[in-house]
Amino acid sequence: MVRSKTLGSRIFNVCNYIVMGILALSCLYPLWYAFCLSVSSKTAANSGLVTVVPVGFNFSSYQEIMKDWRFFNSFGISVQRTLLGTVVTLFALVLLAYPLSKTKREYSLRGIVMWVVIFCMVFNGGTIPWYIVMVKYYNLMDSIWGLVLSGGLPVFNLILIVNFFRSLPRDLEEAAVIDGATEWGILFRIVIPCSIPVLATIVLFTSVGHWNEFFQGLVLTSGEAHYPLQTYIKQMVVNIQTTNLTTDQLQKLDQLSNKSLDAAKVFIAMIPMLVVYPFLQKYFVNGIMLGAVKE
Amino acid sequence: MQKAPSKGGRRLRREINYHIMALPGLAWLILFNIVPMTGIVMAFQEYIPSLGIIRSPWIGLENFRYLFSMSEFKRVISNTLIISIAKLLLNVVVPLTFALLLNEISNIKYKKTVQTIVYLPHFLSWVILASIMLNVFGYKGIVNAFTGLFGAEPLIWFSEESCFRQLVIGTDVWKEFGFNAVIYLAALTGINPNLYEAAAIDGCSKLKSVWHITLPSISSTIVLLAVLGLGNVLNAGFDQVFNLYNPMVYSTGDILDTFVYRMGLINVQFSLATTVGLFKSAISFFLIILSYTLAYKFADYKVF
Repeated sequence: MVRSKTLGSRIFNVCNYIVMGILALSCLYPLWYAFCLSVSSKTAANSGLVTVVPVGFNFSSYQEIMKDWRFFNSFGISVQRTLLGTVVTLFALVLLAYPLSKTKREYSLRGIVMWVVIFCMVFNGGTIPWYIVMVKYYNLMDSIWGLVLSGGLPVFNLILIVNFFRSLPRDLEEAAVIDGATEWGILFRIVIPCSIPVLATIVLFTSVGHWNEFFQGLVLTSGEAHYPLQTYIKQMVVNIQTTNLTTDQLQKLDQLSNKSLDAAKVFIAMIPMLVVYPFLQKYFVNGIMLGAVKE
Repeated sequence: MQKAPSKGGRRLRREINYHIMALPGLAWLILFNIVPMTGIVMAFQEYIPSLGIIRSPWIGLENFRYLFSMSEFKRVISNTLIISIAKLLLNVVVPLTFALLLNEISNIKYKKTVQTIVYLPHFLSWVILASIMLNVFGYKGIVNAFTGLFGAEPLIWFSEESCFRQLVIGTDVWKEFGFNAVIYLAALTGINPNLYEAAAIDGCSKLKSVWHITLPSISSTIVLLAVLGLGNVLNAGFDQVFNLYNPMVYSTGDILDTFVYRMGLINVQFSLATTVGLFKSAISFFLIILSYTLAYKFADYKVF
């Protein structure tokens, strides 16, 4: 290291360390804040005494959640949807991406399918036509399949996989063809094992996307009993009144709510994300480099 | 299919495995991406739920005429543009500045820890973050506790017309800056360190070497990300605004997507809401094509 630092650069360095530290803490704060509220007493939480440490430490909010079957029902719907959605998406994407990674001579529909895919990437029909088709024509109200499929095939991720498959050396496959392997054998024994990093990225982003999705859960369900977790939280915790309220009324509403209980629900909803975070960490940089994975 | 059945038949037999593989994905694509698009014809109809899309009466451009005469529509467009363009710019500038500053940290452990933590908000949903933000910026939140020290009146920040947009932009930049910085940090590691040494020997100051070496080296990345953002100019962030806004801030905070939601799914004016959606999709379509063309031209970036 060169040790010829001026006073100015030393001051800059100290400030830089402090600013970076503050930014990092600001990103941790929501998590910590939700946790603090959830283990504080109800009165302390509602009267705004909780800012950086829990006040009146207790677990009564968590005990109360244990009795709330709707919360766990929603939690279960979200788990089911995330698992099913990820498996279905990966399955469909890989199987479609493989023929599309072939030349037009090998897979004659490649050209037309590719155009359809690209069209879906640049054009969108909008929320209302989508909603009408899902509810009126497909009858997907209150169905787990509605939550899994209604978002459509994630075309951006499809393109990512196609590009990745195409970048694999062709010699590998040619050797297998000579050994008499079928297309299925090549896909499952050679192509997929060579693509684990990109597939892992897709799995992680798809599952995070399904876990965090709340809008389909809101419009494709008829009531609380069918809400996935994020929709449950949106409706029970974030619920902003749709009628016009005055500032006074909003304040009163603030007092009536149980912020400690709400925060406990929010904190529990964050836990799965924290569990997969180390894996996300490992793969998503990879994913962005492959061309900004869309969630 | 070709005329000669034997040739077509042989090709079908040769490609049969590929067709079977493609089938689930293709079915999903057609049923859930393409078919919902056809519903866009509702923009030219007076959609009546009991008649369905096929039998509802056609009314030409009546919906468009009505829409363009609505003052609310103009307000929504301007809110959308203000929020999304500010986000577009700040989501380039802030992560870039952050990446440059983080790059100056010499303690590797500190740098890695900071980097690991700042990604976190990107993976939390707006539902979760909104529930927390509404508390933090709420009547009894920490922000009021802080401004109270200077004698300011407590506010419900997300219900103030004058600061809703700024808060939406600020919280979005805060949520995404760590994630957006990843790509810049990667680009920064690709710069040859010899360049900096040579510059230092020539008496180049730190700031000057950032200006003359760092920024030009990663300029193609910056241009690429800015250009790709162009396709999103009409997306001001539905999830975020929907979870944070309330009727008191419609005048400054209502955006195209929330407008469509309320008009279509709350007020059941399906056709009018579809028209807004079509207006948005059509413009976005051209913007996305433009952004891909520019990205290809200036950064040699190919989407497919």
